Amino acid sequence: MRRVPSWAWAAMVLAGVLLFNALFTPGFFSIVIRDGRFFGSIVDIFNRAAPVGLLALGMTLVIATGGVDLSVGAVMAIGGTIAAGLISRPGETPFAGGKPQPAMAIPVALFGSLLCGMFNGLLVAVIELQPIVATLLLMVAGRGVAQLLANGQILTFHDSGFAALARGATLGIPNPVWILLIGFVLFSVLARKTAMGLFVEATGSNPVAAQYVGIDARAIRFAVYALSGLCAGMAGLITTADIQAADANNAGLYLELDAILAVSVGGTALAGGRFSLVGSMIGALLMQALTTTILTRGVSPEITLVLKAAVVVGVCLLQAPAFREILAKRIRRAPAQ
Amino acid sequence: MNTKLAALSLFALGAMFLGGCGSSTTTEEPAKTPEAKANTTTPGSAAGDLDAKGLKLGFAQVGAESGWRTANTESIKAEAQARGVDLKFADAQQKQENQIKAIKSFIAQGVDVIAFSPVVETGWEPVLQEAKKAGIPVIISDRRADVPDDLYATFIGSDFIKEGQMAGDWLAKKLNNKGNIAELTGTPGSAPANDRAKGFRQALEGKADLKIVFTQTGDFTRAKGKEVMEALMKSPTGSTLNAVFAHNDDMALGAIQAIEEAGKKPGSDIIVVSIDGVHDAFQAMVDGKLNCTVECNPLLGKAIIDAAAKVKKGETLPKRTVIEDGIFDQSVAAKELPNRKY
Repeated sequence: MRRVPSWAWAAMVLAGVLLFNALFTPGFFSIVIRDGRFFGSIVDIFNRAAPVGLLALGMTLVIATGGVDLSVGAVMAIGGTIAAGLISRPGETPFAGGKPQPAMAIPVALFGSLLCGMFNGLLVAVIELQPIVATLLLMVAGRGVAQLLANGQILTFHDSGFAALARGATLGIPNPVWILLIGFVLFSVLARKTAMGLFVEATGSNPVAAQYVGIDARAIRFAVYALSGLCAGMAGLITTADIQAADANNAGLYLELDAILAVSVGGTALAGGRFSLVGSMIGALLMQALTTTILTRGVSPEITLVLKAAVVVGVCLLQAPAFREILAKRIRRAPAQ
Repeated sequence: MNTKLAALSLFALGAMFLGGCGSSTTTEEPAKTPEAKANTTTPGSAAGDLDAKGLKLGFAQVGAESGWRTANTESIKAEAQARGVDLKFADAQQKQENQIKAIKSFIAQGVDVIAFSPVVETGWEPVLQEAKKAGIPVIISDRRADVPDDLYATFIGSDFIKEGQMAGDWLAKKLNNKGNIAELTGTPGSAPANDRAKGFRQALEGKADLKIVFTQTGDFTRAKGKEVMEALMKSPTGSTLNAVFAHNDDMALGAIQAIEEAGKKPGSDIIVVSIDGVHDAFQAMVDGKLNCTVECNPLLGKAIIDAAAKVKKGETLPKRTVIEDGIFDQSVAAKELPNRKY
């Protein structure tokens, strides 16, 4: 018998949310073509899920090694600020001598976020700090760094080329969706077509044993944190391009928690050792489907968070074997009475 | 093990230091200082009209949530520097617990006066009691706090209810008392969000054809304002929309992008009204995308330091110091734009 994939429950709930919308939210599934791109609530779900989805990709591997990366939200802010800083109007650019360097924006921002990830990797893999403590440092300090880079300002800019990263579309599909898709394919190939995935799982389930069989657990750990930083930088670029402004204080705020939620809802064990990239993608889509549903239906802001929490608790309960067993017993016992 | 522990504490210290830099230094980049100095010599904020030299002032700011807030911070820092005030500045990054911590540390440091802009309205009584016990007067700035009168010296700021009313009145006139309005509210529980919503509804009272058909929070940020509007534009409610009222400019600027992406023209198909009057909002009015903004003056530095100097001398202040606000629409935007400092 084939084992049910770990992400089946999240997929089921996602299908449930979409079904609910199909029945009760008029126009939710309508897609029109406007300015050469698809336009509709469903497109929004994929488009808006891209930043959290990217974070979740990096986070999945980090969590699979038994770690966690709390700094991704702050790294998003750093990446976005670097890019916006390089593009800002002449004189307003806080660095590069006041001269805008739009061509350098994306590579420099990605390199900066990669460095942030490597800093985390160094702390966790080489100095062997607890991942939660190590990444907490950058989570707290990173936002300060971003604010310093931006002189405490919200950096606004006008650059249609860079904005296209988030607002443009290729073949009718918004660019962030493409970026997420490419990221997903790259990560999947890396994790499942090379030995990387196996090494990551081995490191996560038993680092000592992994070391004994010849896996360089230290290098693996370092690499996953570096990759996570890179993903966060990309997510930061998308959110910055989207509103054409880098908001060091709010960009990616609490998004690390959304990413962790997406990963765990998708069936990756937080204890490490087993992971599912597909699950994380479904998790990210589920979180965004909920948000979009809530916003489209105009649910009052007071209930929004409670509603989200209820769904997440539901998925987590369904994932728990103990809960499923109790549920199954109840159902079996019911007809007998 | 010991070396690990030492390394840990070293990094923790480093992080604290870094965080400290981000949140408490006064900006001293050469590019910034001349501008800051220019600010204080403009008429209306002439330095030295009230001696504040050597005054130890602790200021707990909300955080750099928007352009408005940045201007507010700059105004306080520049005024303090020009008048020789020993300013201890703390950035709470929009979290009440950080602000409470900052106020407690001001009490421990024994500052002369504490000033702060409360992140939310409630929950301030215990920490203000502490300040009172220590004999340190407290000035509340720009956002209200829900505390008994004896816990603070004065509240300096705009009248948010009136701002909401002004926006509502303007919109009612523009729409001839008829239309569907979407409201983007600020951070739930914050004074400007509560009061602007209240004032706006007061202005709409008795106008049965003018309806608020949608209310959702955009947390005072551009990104959330855009996301909320984007979803709304796709719902059946979105197609019946005549106007958007945003509790601040940043959310309106986000909403404008979403309206454009949905193929409608902000400013004509959908009227957009907001509050604050930041530079980018004036730019949007010049571009014809924003219709009107009610100014909420952030340059409170002079008023705060004047009040601090007075309470230090033992003067009693009125409980409410109101800053007068103006209203600007597209007809005056182009003329006003160059005057915008924030």
